[in-house]
Amino acid sequence: MRPSRRLSPTLAALAALTYTAACGGPPVVTTNVPAAPRPVVSAPIDLTVPPTLGPPPALRLPPITTRTLPNGLTLVVVEQHELPLVDVILDVRTGGEADPAGKSGAASLTAGMLTEGTTTRSSLQIADQAAYLGVRVGASSGWEQSTVSLHAPTAQLDSALALFADVALHPAFNAPDLERVRKVRLTALQQVRDRGPAIADRAFATALYGEQHPYGRPLSGSEASVADLTRDDLVKFYTTFYRPNNATLLVVGDVRPDDMERRAINMFGGWTRADVPTVNESTASGPKATTLVLIDKPGAAQSSFRIGGIGVPRSTKDYFAIQVMNTILGGSFTSRLNQNLRETHGYTYGAGSGFSMRRTAGPFQASAEVVSAKTDSAFIEFMKELRAIRDTVPSDELAKAKRYLQLGLPEDFETTGSIAYQMLPLVTYGIPLDFYDTAVQKIGAVTQADVQRVARQYVNPDRLTIVIVGDRKLIEPGLRALNPGEIIIRDVRDVLGTASMK
Amino acid sequence: MIPRNMRAVSILLAMGALAPVATAQRSAAQTSTGVPRLAFEKTTLPNGLEVILHEDHSTPIVVVNTWYKVGSGDEKPGRTGFAHLFEHIMFMGSEHVPTGQFDKLLESVGANNNGSTTEDRTNYYESLPSNALPLALWLDADRMGHLLPVMDQAKLDLQRDVVKNERRQRVDNVPYGKWRETVLAALYPPDHPYHWPVIGSMADLSAASLEDVKQFFRTYYAPNNATLVIAGDFNRDSALTWVNRYFGGIPRGPQMPPRPVVPAVTVPRDTFLVLEDRVVLPRLFEVWETGRIYAPDDAPLDVLADVLAGDKNSRLYKRLVFDMQVAQDVTAFNNSTKLDGNFNIIVTPKPGQTPTRMAELVKEEIDKVAKDGITPRELARALNSRRASFLDQIASVLGKSDRLAEYNYFAGTPDYIQRDAARYDHVTAADVQRVAAQYLTKPKVVLTVVPQGKTDLMVTGGTR
Repeated sequence: MRPSRRLSPTLAALAALTYTAACGGPPVVTTNVPAAPRPVVSAPIDLTVPPTLGPPPALRLPPITTRTLPNGLTLVVVEQHELPLVDVILDVRTGGEADPAGKSGAASLTAGMLTEGTTTRSSLQIADQAAYLGVRVGASSGWEQSTVSLHAPTAQLDSALALFADVALHPAFNAPDLERVRKVRLTALQQVRDRGPAIADRAFATALYGEQHPYGRPLSGSEASVADLTRDDLVKFYTTFYRPNNATLLVVGDVRPDDMERRAINMFGGWTRADVPTVNESTASGPKATTLVLIDKPGAAQSSFRIGGIGVPRSTKDYFAIQVMNTILGGSFTSRLNQNLRETHGYTYGAGSGFSMRRTAGPFQASAEVVSAKTDSAFIEFMKELRAIRDTVPSDELAKAKRYLQLGLPEDFETTGSIAYQMLPLVTYGIPLDFYDTAVQKIGAVTQADVQRVARQYVNPDRLTIVIVGDRKLIEPGLRALNPGEIIIRDVRDVLGTASMK
Repeated sequence: MIPRNMRAVSILLAMGALAPVATAQRSAAQTSTGVPRLAFEKTTLPNGLEVILHEDHSTPIVVVNTWYKVGSGDEKPGRTGFAHLFEHIMFMGSEHVPTGQFDKLLESVGANNNGSTTEDRTNYYESLPSNALPLALWLDADRMGHLLPVMDQAKLDLQRDVVKNERRQRVDNVPYGKWRETVLAALYPPDHPYHWPVIGSMADLSAASLEDVKQFFRTYYAPNNATLVIAGDFNRDSALTWVNRYFGGIPRGPQMPPRPVVPAVTVPRDTFLVLEDRVVLPRLFEVWETGRIYAPDDAPLDVLADVLAGDKNSRLYKRLVFDMQVAQDVTAFNNSTKLDGNFNIIVTPKPGQTPTRMAELVKEEIDKVAKDGITPRELARALNSRRASFLDQIASVLGKSDRLAEYNYFAGTPDYIQRDAARYDHVTAADVQRVAAQYLTKPKVVLTVVPQGKTDLMVTGGTR
């Protein structure tokens, strides 16, 4: 372990999906001027004030080429020739949102089985070949996408792509492998009981969306649903949604578009298209009044706070205004939540907030892990900031947030992996791939009025869902004294069910 | 290193980390040349500050990465965790940077920054658009040269609370979270610098005083105990001008106290420990003392870890998790740093299985490797995956700056990445067999973390 000054707040994984697009270089600089050698100044230099900086460099976005194969598969090639590496992601535009009722975890388990055997390779053979080649092959699912991924040196591209395509196109879903993986997953779900932050994540989603909405159910399934999923369920999910006309092959790295198109046709040209059903959109309205769900975790050293509401879909017109507002509220180290709860009061190692933007409105969430003894004090400060963000934001604070987002963009396009990470949400949610070309200007155009409008629209202190997981006997009296609204007391079994340990 | 912002990390971790490089059929010489040399220039200022420059203009960003040669291993008795607590205080402002302004100035230019502490060193970095290089240098120089005039009790008390919460978030409120400090205390004698955890104890964090802060700064935070790495998109002459301007006037500090003398690590017989925790499943930890990083057996021990638990085909995973399905997970790694290393095997039994059974199976698999060796395929898988990881370590400018700083401190020269890679090229199956027999049959520390009230699940010597 290497203690460092900062750990991202626990919602970082969630927030990361929403910050991805957030930045850009300065709009006025259109050419990259190499830093001119600064003359050695002979005049006295005042070392007591920060140096004056030259203009920031232009953002250089990598070239993007799009092709469409006859079977409907879209190919997106992003060229990055710095190192002989490539990241390949097959992005299937359906994920856990499509899990049938009572079968939560179907998308996740389907993806999880792809690397567990194909019609010609066993699970162990897949792993053996990947390690022998020095490449990584994986598969997983999110709410609205299922991905098969490859990271490889270009020297191994032929063999690696063959392995990757086999995993994506010819999964066997062998029964013994399914039972083995099922056991691992069921045990992992039991182990969620050990972790207060994980319990809080699960409880927050359910409290906010309800179990009738896909986002209110666990993406990787519950113990009950994972126990019941059948091989037929997975085969059905796979054959229904894993279709070329429902997928994009995203390639980032040291490759050329024509060469990749040839390879894509070789590997994926025989993949047959089919009608893919539309997944019904579910709606959720959130609580009518602020509600606190207090989940008892005896002995917990910290209280896990999850506070929020229904946010926005990725297609929102308010995308950049929300990014700027959230950067101020809880999206950076100097954000209000972190400055208040950590740097002013020391209640936590880090506090933050984020909007998880999905096909339909995902959650807005503020979070922190707070020392038990300061749970009530932290609650007061959270609420203070969630109210204050609705007031006019000072102009210098607005400017800092905008520059942080705009000027941070080059770093987001540094490696093949980081570029793929930036591009994937665009592909999944159908955002034009030139999105980043104008991001800088659009961030720059966000005004104080915009920030206030989206804060008032999407952060409503009177209709919050609040989940706190902690040691009830220590924290309940202080919380009750604050009259936070309705308090619902739960224990871990209410969230996760009764452990079925064998 | 845990980054402050998870901007580009999460999905790729979910996809299964970044791997890469190398054809199995290539010869050792060819594969090691597949790792590019990191060109650099190294100079030392009159005040003793080492400066390492590495230009890379592929992306318009630059990283300033400052390493101080002090870590938790230098702490005094009763002050564990102090080096890391001090690291936090370094962000609280300096004579010309009011409290809070350090981060605000950096965020205003689009920078990310963080710091980290290990047993041996402390580092601070800024990753910024290339035009902002002078700002990072000025900020780092101000806190190297002018921290104490504005130091006060309030800064210490605040970051003490933050660090205590960091400990809660990383250790106390994490299942099995106390395993590492429990094992270290048993493996290393009380006067060994690795006897205690970097994060320290709550009692020692409470005891840290303002005078400790001042004394620690005066002792260790001087230019002659630091290395400044600048990597990325910058002009060499400009950078050196700024470095001289901002750092040149900081006076050399007193001679550093000698790094702690390392007492011999002797584990005369297997040591069995038990720890109760709020967990649903017990977990077995077995740890052996090995040796320092870059020692001759260091690379073979890494490969041994891969062979035992690196992937699905590894000995322990395949037998315990895949075939028998008696374990939920297995982990093996050789954790080696400046003064010493240790080899760790961690197994979580499936519900209904016992840690004792896991320990028996682990011993069987170790004995097989020690007695019969490994196959060429096992070696090739491990080496190819190891080699592949080198390209990923230098994919970002920050990664390059870390490599240069780490090699400079631990290997004695920044120019070491190709030799580092070549270490693995030279590992043979016989080496792996030998280190299994040499190290993993020695007396070890065995910790069983058990659900509360289940101390009967503890692994003891009687089962062997």
